[in-house]
Amino acid sequence: MSESASSAADSRRLAQEARDRVRFEEEALELSDQVYRVARRLVGSREEADDLVQQTYERAFRSWRQYTPGTNLRAWLLRILTNLNIDRGRRQQRTPQTTSLDNEAGDYFLYNKLESQVPDENPDEERVLERLSQDSIVDALAEVPHDFRDVLVLVDIGEFSYADAAQILDIPIGTVMSRLHRGRRILKKNLADGVPA
Amino acid sequence: MIDWCDKCEELMQPYLDGTLSDAEVAEAQHHLDLCRWCAKRYHFEERLRHYVRVAVSEPMSPELKAKLAALRTPLDA
Repeated sequence: MSESASSAADSRRLAQEARDRVRFEEEALELSDQVYRVARRLVGSREEADDLVQQTYERAFRSWRQYTPGTNLRAWLLRILTNLNIDRGRRQQRTPQTTSLDNEAGDYFLYNKLESQVPDENPDEERVLERLSQDSIVDALAEVPHDFRDVLVLVDIGEFSYADAAQILDIPIGTVMSRLHRGRRILKKNLADGVPA
Repeated sequence: MIDWCDKCEELMQPYLDGTLSDAEVAEAQHHLDLCRWCAKRYHFEERLRHYVRVAVSEPMSPELKAKLAALRTPLDA
């Protein structure tokens, strides 16, 4: 190949790369609301969530070549985000892991407790649900221990599949399922505890 | 003797997640058709998941959105 032909090929390649990069950045930015929604519940404060999301996008834009086009970009971004969150020393501030069943109850426990407080005989489920305030739900979720909350937030808030959650957190899919199951029970127990008796 | 309401309580999460076997789904469904008590609790759980998702959803600030947009590579780079 002559020198001019090869430099023409180089500039075509560079132009293509620039277009790919722009497209990548646009697609990633379109997902930022969804990424933020998950991030906000993985950490304790709005400031931490802002920092974490910003760092995630900085890193994602630096390492955009590692993303395989056509794969789940939202999961790829969340993988970066959860790794950064762990790097931030989250593990040190984790709530002590309770292995007892003190913070769990059966799946019907919350409903039974709420229903008993609604004055009507045989109330409809919406009336029962209205016993829970938005703040009480936010607090109850924040009190779920990290390992369970991560899975709960990814699957139930972020609407990721078990397989995506497993990949994001780098844990087996069976662990995702068992943590999700327990995490939901802990959340419901916390919600029930937050309701005045 | 099996307590069907206890069994149904155990099956609730995987049922709603769609991860039960066909035989287990049929078992749960059969009980739910007969037992209004369990059916109400299943319906509540379904609504609760949605309710929680909406309740904890907090939008990002316009400031952060602007910061993220500013991270983009300039077009002439």
